[in-house]
Amino acid sequence: MRTIKSTEITEALKNLAIEKCYKIGDDILRGFDWALKNEKSETGREIIEQLKENAKIASQGIFPYCQDTGMAVLFVEVGQDLKIEGNLEEALQEGVRRAYVDGYLRKSVYKDPLRRVNTNDNTPAIIHYSIVEGDKLKIVFGAKGGGSENMSKLAMLKPSDGIEGVKKFVIDTVSTGGANACPPLVIGVGIGGNFEKCALLAKKAALRSFEVRNEDPFYAQLEEELKEKINNLGIGPNGLGGTVTVFGVNIEVFPCHLVALPVAVNINCHAARHGEIVL
Amino acid sequence: MAQYKLIAPLKEEDVIKLRIGDKVLLSGIIYTARDAAHKRIVELLDKGEKIPFDLQGSVIYYVGPTPARPGAVIGSAGPTTATRMDAYAPRLMKEGMKGMIAKGKRDDSVKEGMKQFKVVYFGATGGAGALISKCIKKSDVVCFEDLGPEAIRRLEVEDFPLIVVGDVYGGDLHIEGRKQWQKAG
Repeated sequence: MRTIKSTEITEALKNLAIEKCYKIGDDILRGFDWALKNEKSETGREIIEQLKENAKIASQGIFPYCQDTGMAVLFVEVGQDLKIEGNLEEALQEGVRRAYVDGYLRKSVYKDPLRRVNTNDNTPAIIHYSIVEGDKLKIVFGAKGGGSENMSKLAMLKPSDGIEGVKKFVIDTVSTGGANACPPLVIGVGIGGNFEKCALLAKKAALRSFEVRNEDPFYAQLEEELKEKINNLGIGPNGLGGTVTVFGVNIEVFPCHLVALPVAVNINCHAARHGEIVL
Repeated sequence: MAQYKLIAPLKEEDVIKLRIGDKVLLSGIIYTARDAAHKRIVELLDKGEKIPFDLQGSVIYYVGPTPARPGAVIGSAGPTTATRMDAYAPRLMKEGMKGMIAKGKRDDSVKEGMKQFKVVYFGATGGAGALISKCIKKSDVVCFEDLGPEAIRRLEVEDFPLIVVGDVYGGDLHIEGRKQWQKAG
C-alpha cells in the first residue's frame, strides 16, 4: 500500500494556495485577450487592460491579484489504496493556514456567522471529500471571493419549468447580481441532484476552467447559449456597460428525484482562482 | 466623457463638474472604511461623539487590503462591493463626506443623498488590487485597529484611476452603461 505523509500534503497545498492567489490562470489570461477583441465599449476595454496589468504585477509575488483572497474550498479525492500517515483533515487545514499566514493573504474567515470574530488564519477551509479508486490523493483548490459568492442563488424549480425555466433562472441571477460580482465572470451552474448536491455541482462548475465544455453535447450547447444570452445583457466589465460579461458558463449535472428540478448558480469573479494537485 | 485630475479632500466645485463616465486620476488623502468601521462611525455620530478623522470633504474608500509584505506600503488593495455600505453612506454624506470609492451598484437612498449633499460615487476596478496598490504611497491606521483588515486607514494616493459611476445629478453608470450595450432577446 502506498503511503503519504501528512506533512507532504500540508506543504503541497500551501504552495498551491499561494501560487493561485498571486499568479492568475493561463485560461483567464487568454480570456482577457478574447475580451479585448470582443468588448465593444471603450471603457470596458480599458478595464480589461487594467486587469491584464494587474495580473502582471501580481505575478511578481508582492501583491496578490485581489485583496479578497477568499475562503478556501477544497474538493479532495482520496484513493482507497492510499495510506495517509497522520491526520488528513488537520494536514489540509494546516496547509491553508500556512498559505494565508506565510503568503501575506487576507484572513477573511469569521469564527461565527452572527458573533463575527476573525479566526486570523483563514481557517477553516470548506472541504468536500470523496473516496475513489487508486492510491493517489487529488486536491482541487479554490480561493472563493466573498463578493461573487454573495450574488449566487439556488432554486427548487418545478419539472414543468423545464429547460426554459433553467435558462431564465441562470440569466436572471446574473442579470440581478452580476454587476457586483466583478465581471467578466465564470458562471458555475448545477442542475439536478437534491438541495445540497445541486449547490455542490455549481461550486464544482465554478472552479472548472471556462475553456472546458461539458462532455455531453446537449449541455455543452446549453453552456454556449447561456454565455451568448448573458453577454447580450450589456452588464460589461466591472458592471459599467459592455458586451463581455462572462468568459464562460460551466454546467454540472446529476440525476434527480422525479418531482424535482433543482438549479444552482455559483458566480465566480474574473480571478476565478482554481488549481489542483495530485500526490 | 471628460478626464480630470483631482486632489482629495474634495470641494463642492470639484464634485459638481463630474458626470458619469468621466475618468478621474485622484491624488491626496483618502480614508478606508468597510462594514464594521461604518457601523462604528455611525454609532459614534449617533452618540454625538467625535470621530477620529475629519469627514469634511473626505473621500472614503471601501477596501480591506491584504497584509503588507515587509518593505511594502500596503498589500493588495482593490475595492469591495458598495452595496453593504448603503445603509450607512447617507449619514456620512450629511457630515460632509464628498466622495466614495468602491465597486458595484448603489441603492436609491444613496443616490438621493448624493443629489442632496453633492457627493460623487467613483468606481475603481473590482479585482485590480495589485494595480491599485501601486498608487498608494503611504498608509497609516487611524483607528479601530482591532478590526484587522477592516481598520480605518489614512491613505496617501497618487493618480488613483477612477471612473465616475454616480454623479450629483442622479446619473448611474451601471444603469446607463448597460442600457447602451444591452441587446434585445
